[in-house]
Amino acid sequence: MSGHESKYTPNSAFERWLDTRLPIIRFANDTMITFPTPKNLNYWYVFGGILAVCLAIQIITGVILAMHYEASVDGAFASVERIMRDVPYGWLLRYIHANGASMFFLAVYLHMFRGLYYGSYKAPREVLWIIGCVIYLLMMATAFLGYMLPWGQMSYHGSNVITGLFGAIPLVGESIQTWLMGGPSIGNQTLQRFFSLHYLLPFMIAGAVILHIWALHVPGNTNPTGVEVKDVEKDTVPFHPYYTVKDAFAIVIFLIMFAVFVFYAPGVLGHADNYIEANALVTPAHIVPEWYLLPFYAILRAITFDLGPIDAKLLGVIFMFAAIAVLFVLPWLDTSKVKSMRYRPVARQFFFGFVVVCFLLGWCGAANPDDAVIPALQGDPSLVVSYTVDGAPASASYKGGEEAFEQAKAFMASLPAGANPSLSAVPAPTFAFRHLSLILTFLYFGYFVALFFIGLTEKPKALPESIHKSVLKRKPKDTGNAVPAE
Amino acid sequence: MTTETHAETVDDDRRNFIHIATGSVALGGAAMFAWTLVDQWNPAADTRAASALDVDVSKVPLGGEIRILIGGKPFFVRHRTPAEISAAESVNISILPDPETDEARLRPKADGTLNKAILVTSGSCTHLGCVPVGPAQGNTGDYGGWYCPCHGSHYDTSGRIRKGPAPSNLPVPNYRWVSDSVVNISL
Repeated sequence: MSGHESKYTPNSAFERWLDTRLPIIRFANDTMITFPTPKNLNYWYVFGGILAVCLAIQIITGVILAMHYEASVDGAFASVERIMRDVPYGWLLRYIHANGASMFFLAVYLHMFRGLYYGSYKAPREVLWIIGCVIYLLMMATAFLGYMLPWGQMSYHGSNVITGLFGAIPLVGESIQTWLMGGPSIGNQTLQRFFSLHYLLPFMIAGAVILHIWALHVPGNTNPTGVEVKDVEKDTVPFHPYYTVKDAFAIVIFLIMFAVFVFYAPGVLGHADNYIEANALVTPAHIVPEWYLLPFYAILRAITFDLGPIDAKLLGVIFMFAAIAVLFVLPWLDTSKVKSMRYRPVARQFFFGFVVVCFLLGWCGAANPDDAVIPALQGDPSLVVSYTVDGAPASASYKGGEEAFEQAKAFMASLPAGANPSLSAVPAPTFAFRHLSLILTFLYFGYFVALFFIGLTEKPKALPESIHKSVLKRKPKDTGNAVPAE
Repeated sequence: MTTETHAETVDDDRRNFIHIATGSVALGGAAMFAWTLVDQWNPAADTRAASALDVDVSKVPLGGEIRILIGGKPFFVRHRTPAEISAAESVNISILPDPETDEARLRPKADGTLNKAILVTSGSCTHLGCVPVGPAQGNTGDYGGWYCPCHGSHYDTSGRIRKGPAPSNLPVPNYRWVSDSVVNISL
């Protein structure tokens, strides 16, 4: 916490000399060694440290990859293959970088769900939360830009879809799209600017991380009870060694899982299509983003209807951006003064529902919007004969097995010349992924609306008096006569 | 001593004027520089110059098409058979989702006549921008023109949408006949 007394004493003549000129050792000591941290932080609080490691890994491997990469439409794909085959340990560096992006997002999502569960966004930590949202936005931008660089099929057509989103903006959309691409379509100039920005943004993330930690160290950490530190002596322990060791243990476990992906399943989180060089004349049958953007992709595609003057495409774009924007205003949407969901019996259920909705949205984002959610419930397709009567279209439909085909064929033969009949199998109407996505989109936003109203009416459980009391209550010798906090 | 007392009086109007004047110059300079930073992302002169192409249509086989990229955008140049032309002309356009006559989708040559055999259209589906398949890929859809495999849009031999989710016809780009066998297509 800011204002906590500096416990640093310079021990050598050099440290005393430096301390009066640039007190950098004092600063490091106060932020990373003696910083008073609530003594009850659980393992959900380790992801901040893990994320710092992720950022460092991405920057180090990325800077090295840039030394071997060629940002041009003629050379990009080949230079990535050269990194994989010819550059010493190039395959390792690239697999770490590619899987590192996924690991980074995995950690950030857990970090965010932790913040949502324990109310880390509430006063006096709103600015801390908003800077976190900015970091998340920068991460998504960086990931999108980086995915384009290998110049594979998914790179090319994925960036086409995303730059196309800006084209949906009324009046100025097309100019913005052309401006982003630097030409009539995605080309060499686009690849070069995306590469430059992909190199720049991680350093902006690093800058935002410094602000994030600064904003964290003013009010200090939250903790699972949501009760603020009242007595620094009793409620906190110094960051080192207590949390350096706990974080280091979590980082080791995380890196083991990371290594499993890098060494045993390096391609499982990617798409095989991206190992085909970009070709503007061939569109992949199924364009999907990386897993960590799937929920937003599902929201984008969930909207298939126009709303007044706003057409479906623009509405989808608005909903997708709103899904991220709503996080920024969350501190003011949640009306409850109680931070931790441990003491909010109603909101807690909604929180778990929200987590499920996020996972299901990811599932929808990966699926074809027209496919049945439960294929077993879909009826048999019918045979439809389309033809024209005096220039007007007409159709006849047949259901059943072989006899339906015979009937359809006989009907087609009976039509007069010029009717131009054609036969096609039309799947039976069913509950498809686009329907599920739409429901989930409303549930996603519904969570934030619900937080507003639940906070007004919910009766929270009794909060512990202080952090150290909540910790003592959970000691086994007290279980006989004390009610546990949870 | 008069100079000292003079120095101690602060003339607020004078200071405000200097602050505003200095601030305006700095802001103006920053805005002008920002303009160059934003504008350099617009299409460069060579990119814009590469946005037109002369195409020799005499090389397109009868019943076939060629696919060209101009500035990275796909275009179809199709050499239609007489049967395809009559199919395109005989449609009752009032039943079309995006009504347009075949003639309205062609551009006259220098002498004012139409070359109905050559159809020039954009090569990106009006639904979500996929590139439809055509005669060379062995699938021309239910209406003999193009078929988009992404979401199943069928186009006829005039490039008009007939069936599927696409909202409009394949757009006809800006093009003009340079000679009897060369068209100049521009974005």
